[in-house]
Amino acid sequence: MTLAKVLEADSAKLFAAVSGILAERGLVSPQEIVERMASTDRASPALGAAMVARAWTDPGYAARLLKDGTAAAEEAGIMMLGMPPLGVLENTPDTHNVVVCTLCSCYPRAVLGYPPFWFKSTAYRARTARDPRGVLADWGTTIPADVRIRVVDSTADYRWMVLPMRPAGTEGWSAERLAGIVRASDMIGVTVPPAQDASASPS
Amino acid sequence: MAEATLEEERPRAHHDLGGVPRFLCEEIDIEPHELTDFDRQVDALRQLLSAKELMTVDELRRGIEEIPEEDYLRLSYYQKWIRSITATLIRRGVLTAEDVAARIDGASR
Amino acid sequence: MTLADGIPVRVKDEWPEAVGPVHCRTPHYIRGKHGMVVRHLGDFPDPGDIAFEREPVMRSLYHVAFPFRELWPEGSDDELVVEVYDHWLEPEHRA
Repeated sequence: MTLAKVLEADSAKLFAAVSGILAERGLVSPQEIVERMASTDRASPALGAAMVARAWTDPGYAARLLKDGTAAAEEAGIMMLGMPPLGVLENTPDTHNVVVCTLCSCYPRAVLGYPPFWFKSTAYRARTARDPRGVLADWGTTIPADVRIRVVDSTADYRWMVLPMRPAGTEGWSAERLAGIVRASDMIGVTVPPAQDASASPS
Repeated sequence: MAEATLEEERPRAHHDLGGVPRFLCEEIDIEPHELTDFDRQVDALRQLLSAKELMTVDELRRGIEEIPEEDYLRLSYYQKWIRSITATLIRRGVLTAEDVAARIDGASR
Repeated sequence: MTLADGIPVRVKDEWPEAVGPVHCRTPHYIRGKHGMVVRHLGDFPDPGDIAFEREPVMRSLYHVAFPFRELWPEGSDDELVVEVYDHWLEPEHRA
């Protein structure tokens, strides 16, 4: 079988063959793969959401987060050793940030977990760099015309997350309660955390 | 739009998708898709190979970019990964194409 | 080379992928375009070298901003920010 033929083999068979050989040679054991799957599954948007909520309630932390996302993630208890540096993009009344990776699918996995399906799609990668308002409309998100959109194409060594603006109706909320309303899509910038009904009591 | 036409005459690599006209009308599937065990296994394997210095993320990307365009657009994210991982390990001499072929043949017999 | 925040730059209009196998992190749509340095992000080993198992050259990495009007014929008031390695950037002296 030529190299090209091998590479065209069914993907599941390819994985079974490669991982089987690596295990036989003592390079990567099946147990290591299972353990790594479990540790990878533990990273989720809840980590980023906790950082956002803390930034909303602690101006000192917000300043540190914007200055050095990696250090601020570590401060929040997230292991950043060996991870790409994290940059944090602040949404303001004048600027709304949205993150894309047009070359592959670079995603701030340390703080958001696995990239969602849409982030990896050709449509998202192609359109966001050119028609961000059209892309946001797919989520029902409208950014006012007088607010500039800043698309951040994640092409190199950094990973980027968005610090959304704190929504109206959340005055007096605890950081824990705030974290519950922050989604991965808010921290990529295709959505914004919705305004809350201030009269509603915590559930 | 003369400039837009000109742009597509430039020798863009097929993975370099930013603003490419043919995808601008494509709808984004915003629904959540659960990862399969295969997806998570390939992801874990890639991480372990990097940790063991058997391949780098940049080699993973190079291998993905080397997948012909038709397959690049057809294969799922982690299908591209396992193809690139295999090509990289073979190029580095960690495995040979014969090793992998024999294993696939053996398993299907 | 160190580029100060706010200085105008042009991205080289080069197409190494047309010459031979490369791993290039400069997207096609900013080549030959004019932008502005937002800030220096740090120095990193060149992924184009690592991808081909060469000893990597250290590159300065910059966040560079481009107006949509510069990038796309249909334009808009929005902007796009990209990480670009220094060997792709030429400082400009605007009148």
